[in-house]
Amino acid sequence: MDDLYREQIIEHYKNPQYRGRLDPHDIYFEDDNPLCGDHIEITLRVDGSGVVEEAAFDGRGCAISQASADLLVESIIGKPLDEVKSLTKEHVLGLLGIELGPVRLKCALLSLKVLKAGVYGLGEASDDLVE
Amino acid sequence: MIDRFDVQEVRRDFPVLDREIRPGVPLVYLDSTATSQKPQAVLAAMDAFYRENNANIHRGVHTLAEEATAMYESAREKVAKFINAPAARQVVFTRNTSEAINLVAYTWARANLKPGDLVILTEMEHHSNLVPWHMLAAERGVDLDFIPVTEDGLLDLDVYRQLLTRDPKLVSFTHMSNVLGTITPAAEIIRLAHEAGAVTLLDGAQSVPHLPVDVQALDVDFLAFSAHKMLGPTGIGVLYGKAALLDAMPPFLGGGDMIKTVHLRSFLPNTVPHKFEAGTPAIAEAVGFGAAVDYLSSLGMDKVAAHEHEIIAYALERLEEVPGLQLFGPSAEHKGGVASFVFDGVHPHDVAQILDRDGIAVRAGHHCAQPLHEKFGIPATTRASFYVYSTKPEVDKLIEGLYEVKKIFG
Repeated sequence: MDDLYREQIIEHYKNPQYRGRLDPHDIYFEDDNPLCGDHIEITLRVDGSGVVEEAAFDGRGCAISQASADLLVESIIGKPLDEVKSLTKEHVLGLLGIELGPVRLKCALLSLKVLKAGVYGLGEASDDLVE
Repeated sequence: MIDRFDVQEVRRDFPVLDREIRPGVPLVYLDSTATSQKPQAVLAAMDAFYRENNANIHRGVHTLAEEATAMYESAREKVAKFINAPAARQVVFTRNTSEAINLVAYTWARANLKPGDLVILTEMEHHSNLVPWHMLAAERGVDLDFIPVTEDGLLDLDVYRQLLTRDPKLVSFTHMSNVLGTITPAAEIIRLAHEAGAVTLLDGAQSVPHLPVDVQALDVDFLAFSAHKMLGPTGIGVLYGKAALLDAMPPFLGGGDMIKTVHLRSFLPNTVPHKFEAGTPAIAEAVGFGAAVDYLSSLGMDKVAAHEHEIIAYALERLEEVPGLQLFGPSAEHKGGVASFVFDGVHPHDVAQILDRDGIAVRAGHHCAQPLHEKFGIPATTRASFYVYSTKPEVDKLIEGLYEVKKIFG
């Protein structure tokens, strides 16, 4: 098994812990990677002091995109939104524990892009969010 | 067959095929539909040009300029001969197939089409033969319609005949699908288009590299293709056109070389093909392109096509054995060396990435043919494609790799 498909990634892809949609939710965003049809939506519940209480993702796509979404969602529960806003691509790569080329990086960072666009309340998810 | 070409001998001409992706893992290159690898002869020709002959072309009178001009124009002659064009001047060098199609859309189409005029395309087109017409439709209000693709990946010619009763002005279509591999019945489509009074444009990006293509036998009005898919360099492609059409068309891009005379407030365009080649062209690339055409001619395009047919027939047979794998496109007899498939529940990116561990290069995605994927209800496919240097043991490695994918994701 090479790095890219470490057991952890396959495990999160096959048996995600945070797949689903929170209803009701405070924050919702979705986006696609048109290149390969990856799709991610994220829903969050936030408490009165701006801390993420619950988080979930749904979507479809390659193992990297889905596993990174599961890991990312797990990593923000209990964190204040201000901290979520400042997350970088290094955070996601750290969670995955692998290095990725430019094409697969887009798969890995789709969930972060969706999350930040939702938290910032933007109309559109821009690549600048994950640079 | 005694005269069948020796694929091992062919492979020795391609330096990159000696590449190991990791120590002990040789490259298995199954992505020639995206771009082909380059033989030593092409690399050497371009290297020699820069070392010995490099100069700008057409107006210099010094020795290097004369040599470079002669080499550039000799490449044009080789390419013309390769597609059996009546004259070298009917071969316009462009950057690639996309630019060749855009050239027709921006010059011939904008000079000849009115709002409401019908342009017929097909559902299996590459984006390069869709988007220029979308742009024209938005700007000029021309009407687009499409020859449908059947379930087994062929064009529905009954619907085509119906479309032809609507007085089309242009029929622009692919000679070989870059996803399904379908070889379209180009001669028949062109004959029917001409009977209906339409001009024809053939996207030969996949056919010219892989099949004998004779523009006079096809009687096609325009043919577009790229060097890089036929063993040549990137950055150069071709628009072939019938002389009367090219002569009557307005120029494309403005600049040096495309003019006869320039005054402060006016210019007179040059003659064909220079009228369409503004600015310094890809000179070394043209030289490399000429060498690629020489190489393919020395193999013989009949033999190239026969070799690829043998490989794709074997590949389809082996792929059909893999449980959970669904192939798209017609049977081998209607097909070039392209096999696109989906693999139960495993995203094409994951398939491609796991195959890459074994040095196997395939493509994953929509292959610049999103509407065709929508038609089949899938966002993406994995595509293996074959060329002159592909072998049956490489197909076997692909199959082993797919079983490995199944093991990891099963």
